[in-house]
Amino acid sequence: MTPSQDASSPTATWRNVTCPFCGLLCDDLSVAHQDGRLRVLEGGCGRAEAGFGHPCEPATPLVDGQAAELDAAVQRAAAILRAARLPLYGGMGADVAGVRTVLELADRTGGVVDHMHGDGMIRNILAIQDAGWMVTTLTELANRADLLVFMGTDAVTHCPRFFERLIWHKESMFDLDTNRRQIVYLGQSLDSGPGHAPDGRAPPGLACDPARLGEVAGVMRALLAERPVQAPRVGGIAVTELQALVERMKKARYGVLLWSAGDLKLPHGELTVQTFCELVKDLNRLTRFSGLPLGGEDGATTFSQVCTWQTGFPLRVSFGSGHPVFDPWRFSTTHLLESGSADALMWISTFAAEPEPPAAGVPVIVLGRPGMTFAQPPAVYIPVGTPGLDHAGQLFRMDSVVTLPLQKLREAGLPSADQIIRAIQAAL
Amino acid sequence: MLIKLTGGRVYDPIHHINGEVRDLYLRDGRIVADPGQAAVDQEYDLRGKVVMAGGIDLHTHIGGGKVNIGRNMLPEDHRRHPMAHTPLTRSGCGHAAPSTFVTGYRYAQMGYTACFEPAMVPINARHTHLELADTPMVDKGTYALLGSDDFLLRMLAQGADQKAINDYVAWTLHATRSIAVKVVNPGGISAFKFNQRKLDLDEPNAYYGVTPRAILQRLTRAVTDLGVPHPVHLHGCNLGVPGNADTTLDTIAAAEGLPLHLTHVQFHSYGAEGDFKFSSAAARIAEAVNHNRNVTVDVGQVMFGQTVTASGDTMAQYRNHRHASPRKWMCMDIECEAGCGVVPFRYRDQNFVNALQWLIGLELFLLIQDPWRVLLTVDHPNGAAFTTYPHLIRLLMDRSYRNDLLATINKSAAAMSTLGSIDREYSLYEIAILTRAGPARILGLTDRGHLGPGAVADITVYTEHDNKEEMFARPAYVFKDGELVAKDGVIQKVVWGATHVVRPNYDPAIEKPLREYFERYHTMRLEHFKLGDEELLDDGRGRIQVHPCAVGWRA
Repeated sequence: MTPSQDASSPTATWRNVTCPFCGLLCDDLSVAHQDGRLRVLEGGCGRAEAGFGHPCEPATPLVDGQAAELDAAVQRAAAILRAARLPLYGGMGADVAGVRTVLELADRTGGVVDHMHGDGMIRNILAIQDAGWMVTTLTELANRADLLVFMGTDAVTHCPRFFERLIWHKESMFDLDTNRRQIVYLGQSLDSGPGHAPDGRAPPGLACDPARLGEVAGVMRALLAERPVQAPRVGGIAVTELQALVERMKKARYGVLLWSAGDLKLPHGELTVQTFCELVKDLNRLTRFSGLPLGGEDGATTFSQVCTWQTGFPLRVSFGSGHPVFDPWRFSTTHLLESGSADALMWISTFAAEPEPPAAGVPVIVLGRPGMTFAQPPAVYIPVGTPGLDHAGQLFRMDSVVTLPLQKLREAGLPSADQIIRAIQAAL
Repeated sequence: MLIKLTGGRVYDPIHHINGEVRDLYLRDGRIVADPGQAAVDQEYDLRGKVVMAGGIDLHTHIGGGKVNIGRNMLPEDHRRHPMAHTPLTRSGCGHAAPSTFVTGYRYAQMGYTACFEPAMVPINARHTHLELADTPMVDKGTYALLGSDDFLLRMLAQGADQKAINDYVAWTLHATRSIAVKVVNPGGISAFKFNQRKLDLDEPNAYYGVTPRAILQRLTRAVTDLGVPHPVHLHGCNLGVPGNADTTLDTIAAAEGLPLHLTHVQFHSYGAEGDFKFSSAAARIAEAVNHNRNVTVDVGQVMFGQTVTASGDTMAQYRNHRHASPRKWMCMDIECEAGCGVVPFRYRDQNFVNALQWLIGLELFLLIQDPWRVLLTVDHPNGAAFTTYPHLIRLLMDRSYRNDLLATINKSAAAMSTLGSIDREYSLYEIAILTRAGPARILGLTDRGHLGPGAVADITVYTEHDNKEEMFARPAYVFKDGELVAKDGVIQKVVWGATHVVRPNYDPAIEKPLREYFERYHTMRLEHFKLGDEELLDDGRGRIQVHPCAVGWRA
């Protein structure tokens, strides 16, 4: 379970380390611990290097911007929550243990829970709740996919090693020459470099305003159903090109259609997601095709999985009436703060210093990575350890079916978010 | 502390006790023999009450990826069934796919003390055990799903010997902390990924060329060789397909006398007769079960109402997606191991097919003679929510109630069924077999399902009632590990149960081909696939109980 550690030299080296810094959860990293710094030796990417390499600085709790003892910070946090009618537990970038403990606290205090990436997540959730989907997971993609259609995403912006680990590098189990995989991009300003095949083949791209991708997918459904389409162009793409793409998709043995809900920043982006999902379902009348929703950063998948099994709903859940109530709009972080419905905010962000907690106009408690800075100092800031660096834990990969163990690589002298939340709960 | 339960009527079929008035003594979480003169610290007056061991549900989908997907798909079902928090209990909701705390509380309120998640995808083991750890009140266990995993299919296609298969199966049981092996549509979940839309027992998988029969036989052999107490727990081919009774009978024959458990056999007992080309073959299946003593079944009764079907059988779920009600559904291909499909479903009593499904389940219960080999399940949530058990028990025990309901369902279906002419009524003793003694025995749980000295003190006390649904819905007392946890349907104390596992011997050399497979093809490290005990012990909240396998390692 624990990574192998070479203790004989002053540098301790950990192998098979899980990286918590994006939804891919690569677990093949080698990380060295030397002179108080962690360094990625193998298997990393820029994001991993920055995340592991973040200096482990001494971290003092702050109350109203001033250094304070941990106990004083905990007591102040408890006082804020005690006084609140509807506390909002937001950010929620934490590991399984952290999420479990916050949900218990939210249940007891009649609060609301939401995730910092809730706006993106809700687009997928609403599609699942309304019509469902057909999806696949990473090992299936790596071994089976012969055609990958990227809708408004390049994957690498969120998961730098996506192509390296899943597309070009792998052997495939099923007599598939992975070098001959077909990649197609639809969208704008996508980084298609990684989509170039090892033999130099450039992936075709159909330039399209991302806001029109729903329409484009709708027309693809129509073309697949052999319905007449009058318009010559949709979203900037010639219908003849879409027709050719649909023909390729029909001929795929195992096609995958990928999107990143967080990047579909449109009003009712869930309708775009749904159209993608319906297109995938349509294709399954003829061949095998699956969707792959990308995401999972900052513990998003972890949060929605734990929240779903403990409450029944994946996010934006209020315990204000004593039992879980889900409302995708009323219980969003933005609406709760803008409407003044929430009167306290606890912001949890253990993996990254960004995004900052939103401007709140209510007392704010932050449990976050050391070294966070704020435009406005929160009432309470308690630096906590990063799961996978400072303490062990578990995280869900973005395809939701795989849960990786996280390791403790160094002694940072930082409590975990889980420990602090328990202390606050005890102080209530 | 010595606790005495005085004067109850005890039903303990493992010890052939059929309603005798007996006192029970509990100490340190176990039932102990009469301690003679020892001072009793606490006494419960159970005169006039019925005492059984705690209920055991050996097939209920309560944890893991597809269950969570089911929860995600049914916000409307959750909204209709909220559960508020109390000073003792957490809040939650749901009926067909309840949240984990609610699942545990409801089972305890109903007098169940152990539940088994029957379809754990091995790569999803960590997630499954996390959900089960958040399921209070009950002991739990998991069955590891094999049969469409590419590692196994590659072995079979390459002609691997039985020893290698045995080692792989044992390794998987260890790695996933499971108690049994589950097989779902063997080779069929894989076949669907190759665009194969059906797979009969003797039909080869489009890529591997291996048949479900071959897969089933190799896995049945493995489980037997390893001495795992529970046989292969099989969700057979052609689930839900009219005429699939033939497949089921062929599958029984394919076992060639080795122990085999057919799960939710109701879904596999269909004929294709009549105007609607859909009929009951329950009598034929019951006869086969009666004559083949190596076969055990659980019924998977359907109940009228809204539920959700959540299954590893992607092929069948995709096939059935047109029947989704409400009209939404999902399918997932999973990690070169398995798949899943979640399809909400409403069973309607006026619908010919649904009414006949209801009838078929009841016919199976009433026509299979040996209560030790026909266990009581609704394949929660596929047939119904587990909270329908008291209603189902009433149907089995009360012929007149059953026939009253029969008169209200779709008339064409009722006319095709022999149910109205079946007089049999289950006794309390037999119900105790179906719901506790039988499951304990066929899972190999030797210290539960009974009330003899040494048994774990998981005990349910019912107030006798003519209306058996009322009786079984609200036990008077429920004891878990010797503590009172529920009284008249109200949780008294929140406890956390143990996880039951088996650890058959195996040759660790199997890790060499496994490691190579993971390195070449997988997106996760082999080291991370395997669970550690500390993950189930969960900082003291959990415990592990290891059950012995029957034979030593066979080279």
